[in-house]
Amino acid sequence: MSNEELNSPGYEIPPELQGQVAVTTLDRIYNWGRRSSVWPMMFGLACCAIEMISAQAARYDMARFGMEVMRPSPRQSDLLLVSGTVTKKMVPVIVRLYNQMPEPKYVVAMGACASGGGPFKEGYNVVAGIDKFLPVDVYIPGCPPTPQALVAGLIKLQEKIDKQSIKQVRWYDKKNKADSVYVPVPVLGPDLIDLRRVDELKEIAAPKPAEENSEA
Amino acid sequence: MATPTPSLRQAQGDALDLSARFPGAVNADKRPGYTGWIVDKEKLLEVAAFLRDEMGYDLLSSVTGVDYLPDGKMEVVYQAYKTTGGPGIFFKVQVPRVDPIEVPSVVSVWPGADFQEREIWDLYGVKFTGHPDLRRILTWEGFSGHPMRKDWKEAFYEEDAKPFKSRWPEGRIKMAEERNPFSDNVMFEEGFDPEKWTSNDPEEALYTSLKKYTAETSDGIKTDHILVNMGPQHPSTHGVFRAVVILDGETVVSLKPVMGYLHRNHEKIGERNTFLQNMPYTDRLDYFNSMSNNWGYALAVEKLMGVAVPERAEYIRVIMAELTRIQNHMIWMGMMLNDLGAYFTPALYAFEERELILDIFEAVAGSRMMCNYFRFGGLARDLPEGTLGKIKDLVFDRLSAKVDEFDRLLTENEILVSRLKGISKLSPEDAIAYSMTGPVLRATGVPYDIRRAEPYGIYDRFDFDVVTHADGDMYARYLVRLEEMRQSLRILRQAIAGLPEGPIITGKPQYQVRVPAGEAYGRIEAPKGELGYYVISNGKPNPWRYHVRAPSFINLTALEKMCVGTKIADFVAILGTIDIVLGELDR
Repeated sequence: MSNEELNSPGYEIPPELQGQVAVTTLDRIYNWGRRSSVWPMMFGLACCAIEMISAQAARYDMARFGMEVMRPSPRQSDLLLVSGTVTKKMVPVIVRLYNQMPEPKYVVAMGACASGGGPFKEGYNVVAGIDKFLPVDVYIPGCPPTPQALVAGLIKLQEKIDKQSIKQVRWYDKKNKADSVYVPVPVLGPDLIDLRRVDELKEIAAPKPAEENSEA
Repeated sequence: MATPTPSLRQAQGDALDLSARFPGAVNADKRPGYTGWIVDKEKLLEVAAFLRDEMGYDLLSSVTGVDYLPDGKMEVVYQAYKTTGGPGIFFKVQVPRVDPIEVPSVVSVWPGADFQEREIWDLYGVKFTGHPDLRRILTWEGFSGHPMRKDWKEAFYEEDAKPFKSRWPEGRIKMAEERNPFSDNVMFEEGFDPEKWTSNDPEEALYTSLKKYTAETSDGIKTDHILVNMGPQHPSTHGVFRAVVILDGETVVSLKPVMGYLHRNHEKIGERNTFLQNMPYTDRLDYFNSMSNNWGYALAVEKLMGVAVPERAEYIRVIMAELTRIQNHMIWMGMMLNDLGAYFTPALYAFEERELILDIFEAVAGSRMMCNYFRFGGLARDLPEGTLGKIKDLVFDRLSAKVDEFDRLLTENEILVSRLKGISKLSPEDAIAYSMTGPVLRATGVPYDIRRAEPYGIYDRFDFDVVTHADGDMYARYLVRLEEMRQSLRILRQAIAGLPEGPIITGKPQYQVRVPAGEAYGRIEAPKGELGYYVISNGKPNPWRYHVRAPSFINLTALEKMCVGTKIADFVAILGTIDIVLGELDR
């Protein structure tokens, strides 16, 4: 937010205070702070991670958007950039990392694989998109997305942050007492077991009576 | 025509008559299009030892499985080469396809077979008797079935081969999720109950495989070892690699790499794809070097097809491959300094040049990273106007100055020298035994470079040195890579000077190529080591077997040996100097 914008909140400011006092709304100043210091987690999965590093480097320079501080620890980051193919072996780790992130937290699915499996969707060890497990805020298309596309996606995320209101965000929601999104960590069994779907899986896998089998 | 013709190759291989040396136990492989020998499994170790000790095939390049479902046979294919150069030898063991399938392990002869045999056990279910640590490697313990077998079907299975007929039925798309009863990419057998299912801890086998011993110091006070898990999310592991380390104080006592966190089933998907459809998938193996990956695969299929590559295309291939090598080594330097603690500033220098090289790739191929530029018998398109000028600017002015700058800034830098020099020494004998290739092998003093040892493309025309260094430590690996960039520039200057006019592909570009039945192994000197593609065709539009011999994967076999006795902080640097990339490691 530029100085002029801060100084034009729609209220009359006495001329002697102009340039020294800014009047704004709580939402705007709160979101301005958050959107200008999004700390992504330093966590690369596959090919897209290389373009993520390129976007951090000199030519594309994500520091312009306040996103140059990459944190290797989930406890200190706001943004989980899922940059690459999510495999079944890896997804318990990603979900655990997400659970460890403090609110407010955002997820960006970078590239075709993270958005929906991409070219590897049919693979036996591939999760067809991270949105099967985590709530995704922004999808970035491309295989891999160019750094420009990544920057565009992150600007979209900033726009999303701008529209949130401190009155409604889930991490201050006292009524529901849910200050954070928690996703049960999937289990590696004979295949990947999504713990939220246990009953459903049991029902589908149940042995079918003989007549139904012949019908199928 | 630059690739060695199959007949020449065969003639050299035939000079060695294994069937006369081992009558009855070894027979020539007479299937049309195949070469090499079929060895009785009882005699395998004897033949292997003979080849290594008496014939000089000291480098076991690749071991892989092939499932001949219609014949009811499972085959294990070995490819061995001499580090002094020349063509290699193929030998195979065939066993009936009835569980338990057992083949003796060759780890005692070539320790480099360790991870590869584990991979075959994981994907094909072939038990290697005598293997010291036979666990699953790419999938997890408890995974049901052996996924590369031809009768094992994945959850999103549709048909055996692409193009799938259902892809666009009357222009409508049918999601894979709609076909699967679980509406997801999972598959459970009938009667599976997640609530009653009890897991064997998949990590248990891993931890028991770590060396156990009680440490007792001389004063009789018992000390404890610390088990440290590094990764899969760790900034030093270059992706989703994990290592489990046992520490005595700060010293590494034992270490096991854990991989498969990026196992994207290249080979299973590759066997459903048509030959050409695999080309973009090779880009995503070693995603820094898509041009080199393309070349290895094109080489293998060109050998099968017997197609020649036009002159201009050969030159452009060399130009692209060497630019890739420079770009890879630059990134490697930046990232390794990251690992040493010089956070991101050296990487920024490296990425600056990389962007300029990627601009060239984007101009010729349309994509920065995933070039998909090579075709069987040539290239996808010619150099666009003005690109050659850009390449010349880079090669003649900018890059050599940049390499000198790296040299000036780093080579005598006190911190770099004290972190790298004398640590993690590897002897040339060990490096060969563990099937290491690429700069890591050359840093031990073995002048083995496939561009020289078995020239492919037109590398036999260029004047360049195979860079070696005698020390075998991490500093030697750094120096080898630095000098290799200069040699690449030397090749580039010659290639640009010799670039002829002419067509860039033999015949018309084809979507569906006809590949005669047979087997072929195409290997190139990728920036990280020997990158090989083992392709079997049965005359159909899809490969019967598509195997990638990934240098990152096989170079890691010696990781434990390189790390034991060093400090935990050095492990990060050692991993950095091997130069792994996870897309290729896990495939």
